[in-house]
Amino acid sequence: MFGFALKRLFGVAVTLIVAAAIIFFLLDILPGDPARFMLGINATEDAVAALRVELGLDQSAFNRFFGWGAGVIQGDLGISFSQRMPVSQLMSERLQVSLPLALSALTLSTLIGLPMGIVAAQNRGKFGDSFTMTLAQIGIAIPNFWFAMLLVLAFAVTWRIFPPGGFVPWSENPLVAAKSLVLPAIALALPQAAILARVMRTALVDVIQADFIRTAMAKGLTKKQAIWRHGVRNALLPVLTIMGLQFAFLIAGTIIVENVFYLPGLGRLIFSAISARDLIVVRSAILVLVAMVIVVMFLVDLAYAFIDPRIRTGGQSIGN
Amino acid sequence: MTQIIEKMIKNSLLAAAMIGGTAFGALSAEIRVGMVLEPPHLDPTAGAAAAIDEVVYANVFEGLTRIDQTGAVRPALATAWEISEDGLIYTFTLKDGVTFHDGTSFDADDVVFSFERARADNSTNAQKGIFAPITAVTAVDPSTVEISIAQPQGDFLFNIGRGDAIIVAPETADSNQSSPVGTGPFKFVQWNQGSRVILEKNDAYVGDPVALDKATFVFISDPNAAQNAMLAGELDGFANFPAPESLSIFEADPRYQVLRGSTEGETILSINNAKAPFDDVRVRKAIAHALDRQSIIDGAMFGYGTPIGTHFAPHHPYYVDLLDTHARDIETGKALLAEAGYPEGIKATFKLPPPTYSRRGGQIIAAQLREIGIELELINVEWGQWLEDVFKTKNYDLSIVSHVEPFDIGIYANPDYYFQYDNVIFQAIIEKLNVTTDEADRKTLAQEAQKILAEEAVNGFLFQLAKTGVWKANLEGMWPNSPVEGNDLTAVRWTN
Repeated sequence: MFGFALKRLFGVAVTLIVAAAIIFFLLDILPGDPARFMLGINATEDAVAALRVELGLDQSAFNRFFGWGAGVIQGDLGISFSQRMPVSQLMSERLQVSLPLALSALTLSTLIGLPMGIVAAQNRGKFGDSFTMTLAQIGIAIPNFWFAMLLVLAFAVTWRIFPPGGFVPWSENPLVAAKSLVLPAIALALPQAAILARVMRTALVDVIQADFIRTAMAKGLTKKQAIWRHGVRNALLPVLTIMGLQFAFLIAGTIIVENVFYLPGLGRLIFSAISARDLIVVRSAILVLVAMVIVVMFLVDLAYAFIDPRIRTGGQSIGN
Repeated sequence: MTQIIEKMIKNSLLAAAMIGGTAFGALSAEIRVGMVLEPPHLDPTAGAAAAIDEVVYANVFEGLTRIDQTGAVRPALATAWEISEDGLIYTFTLKDGVTFHDGTSFDADDVVFSFERARADNSTNAQKGIFAPITAVTAVDPSTVEISIAQPQGDFLFNIGRGDAIIVAPETADSNQSSPVGTGPFKFVQWNQGSRVILEKNDAYVGDPVALDKATFVFISDPNAAQNAMLAGELDGFANFPAPESLSIFEADPRYQVLRGSTEGETILSINNAKAPFDDVRVRKAIAHALDRQSIIDGAMFGYGTPIGTHFAPHHPYYVDLLDTHARDIETGKALLAEAGYPEGIKATFKLPPPTYSRRGGQIIAAQLREIGIELELINVEWGQWLEDVFKTKNYDLSIVSHVEPFDIGIYANPDYYFQYDNVIFQAIIEKLNVTTDEADRKTLAQEAQKILAEEAVNGFLFQLAKTGVWKANLEGMWPNSPVEGNDLTAVRWTN
C-alpha cells in the first residue's frame, strides 16, 4: 500500500509541474494587455507603460514564469494585477463559498443518487427500476441553470423562504450564509444525483450477476442481504471515480449557477480575471484547482486500493 | 359615531401602511443598490473602470469641485475659486474643518500631494490628460491652493470634478485600492470580494449630512438574477438596470419606479478611416445612408436610447441635431458605393465587443449594410482582445463601441486614435476649443466640430446609451442621468 501511494505521489508532482508550464505559457499568448485594460482607452501611453513596469510585465516571459513558479513553491501565489490583493486572500474568500457549496452538493447528490441506483438495480426490469431511471433521465436532461432559476422564482421571489442570491460571510451570520447556499446546492446536486443513480445502477447490475453474489445467496443470504453486504461495496469503484470528477466540477465549474445566485465563488473569480486579463489570478487559481483535482483523484485512487485489494497488489493475488 | 369609524379606518390604513413599509425595508435609513460590474479596486485615481466611481465618487471621495446631476460644476472641497484675467491661475479656497475618514485633517498640502501624484512621471492615472496642462500646484496657506496651467482651459473645473481628480491623503493613498479613505459623507466599512461593498454615514462630515445611515452596493452581473433580486425585495434599486426587456414589469408595479435617463455614452459604429475602402468619404457616407438608427435602438436596446447624428450628447446645451445629414436612403448609398468604385459591393470584418448594444446591434447593422451591398463578417471579441486588435493595433474594419467619457469630441483630433481620422481643419477647431473659456465661443466651436464629423461621416453615429434605473417607489434623490461616472447617494432618502 505504501509503495503504491509513493508511486502515485511521484505522478502527482510531475503532473503539477507540467500543468504549471502549460497554464503559464498558454495564457501568455492570449492577446490583450492587462495594463491597458485597467487604465482604459483614454489613458496616456506613459501611464500604461508605468503600470506595466509596476506589474512587472516589462520582463521576459521566462523570467516571469520562474518568478511565479518560485513564489508558488514557497506558497506565494502573487498579487492580483487589477485588485492589488494577494491571490491567496482572494481565493480563500471565494473558497468560503465554493468549498461548502461543493461539499453540500456532493453530499446531497450522494444521499439521493446512491439509494436511487440501488433501488433500481434491486428491482431491475420492474416498476421501481423504470420509475427511478425515468426520474434520473429527467434530472440529467434539465440544465442546472434553468432549474436554478425555477428554484429562485418559487422559493425566493414568490414565497421568500430563501434569498434569491448573494452571500453573507460565515463570520457575520452563519445562519444566513447557510441559507443562501441551500438553493444553489439543490440546483447543483440534482443533475449530479441523477448521474450517480445511473452509474450506481449499472455497476450494481453487473455485480449482481457475479459469481460471488450467487455464492453468497447459496450460503443462505437473501438477495437483498447479498446485495447490501457484498454487492454495493464492489459496485462502488466506478461510482467513486464519478464522484471524484463531480467534486472537481463542483469546486470551479459552477460559474453558471454562481451567476444565477450571484455567489462570490471561485468560478466567477476566474471568469472575471480572464476577461480583465488579470493573468496572475487566473494562473494561480487554476494551478490550485489543478492541484486540488489531482489530490482528489489521488485520494480516489487510494480509496480504490482500499476497497479492491487487487489494485494495490497489481492483480497478483488473483488465483493465489 | 362616523368620526369614530373614520378614525378606525385611518388607523387601520396607517397600520397597513406601516406593515407594508417594514416588510419592504422602508423604515430603515439603509439602502441596497445593485450594480452589474464589480470594481476591480476602489481607487478612482488608479483605474478606468466606471464601477470604481460608481461606488466611491461623491460618496467616499471628493475633489476640489464636483459634478451635479445636471452636469454642472459645484463646489466640493473648494468652497470658492477665482480665475486670473489671463485664465492661467486658479485660486481655490478650501473648506474648513474637514477631516479624512481616518481622522487626519485635510488641508492645502493634501491637494498639492494629490495633484502632484496624479501628474508625476510614474503616475498610473487613467485620465492623466486632465493634469497635463498643469504647470504648478502650490499651497498658499493651509486653506488656499493655487493651480497654474500652461494655457487657458475651457473645461478645467469640470475635469477636476471627475473621479480621477479626487483628493487623497498621503498616509492612505497607497491603500485606497482596498480600503479607501476619503473626505466624503460616507465612509468605507468593508468589501466582500465578488459580492458587495458596504458604506456607512460619516458623522464627522462637514456640510449637508446625508439621509442614509448605510449603503450597500451588491454586484449582480446576470440580468435575470438582477430582476429576481429586485422582485424578491433583496435590493432597493439598480442604478442602471441590465435587462431593458423586463423594465415593463417594474413600470407596471406600483412598488417600483423606473427612471429613464441618459448616459454620456455615444454609441457608434466605428470605422477605420485609414484603411481602404473606408478612407474614401463616399464609402463612409454610403454606410451612413444605410443606417436606420431607430430600428437599431428598438432591436438592440428595446427602444431605450436617443438617436445621435454626430459624436455629441443630445442633452448637452451645445448639441446640434444632425440626424438628417445623411438620412437613410438605400439608393443613394448604392450609388455612392458605385461612384467610389465598388459597384459590386464590399466585404469587410466587424469586430463586436461583449455588451448587448454591440452584439445585438451588430447583427442589425450587418443586415442594414447588406442592403447597399456591404457584406460583413461578424467577429465576437472580448474586451481584452478588442483593446489589443481594434484599439491598439487598429487591425479592424468596423466595430461598435459606446464612448462613455463626457465631452469627448476631442478624440477625433488625435489621428492616432483608433478611428485614425486625420483632418487638420477639425484638429485646429478642437485646439481652439480647448483654450477657449467664453461660453458662446465654445458653443460655436463645438458645433462646428460636430458638423464636420457628421458631414464627413467619420463613424456611423447611432445612439446615446440610455440609463434606466429601477428603484423602490418610496425613494427619492437618485440621479436619472449620469453626466459623470458615479452613483451619487448623497441626496437619496426614503420618503416615508
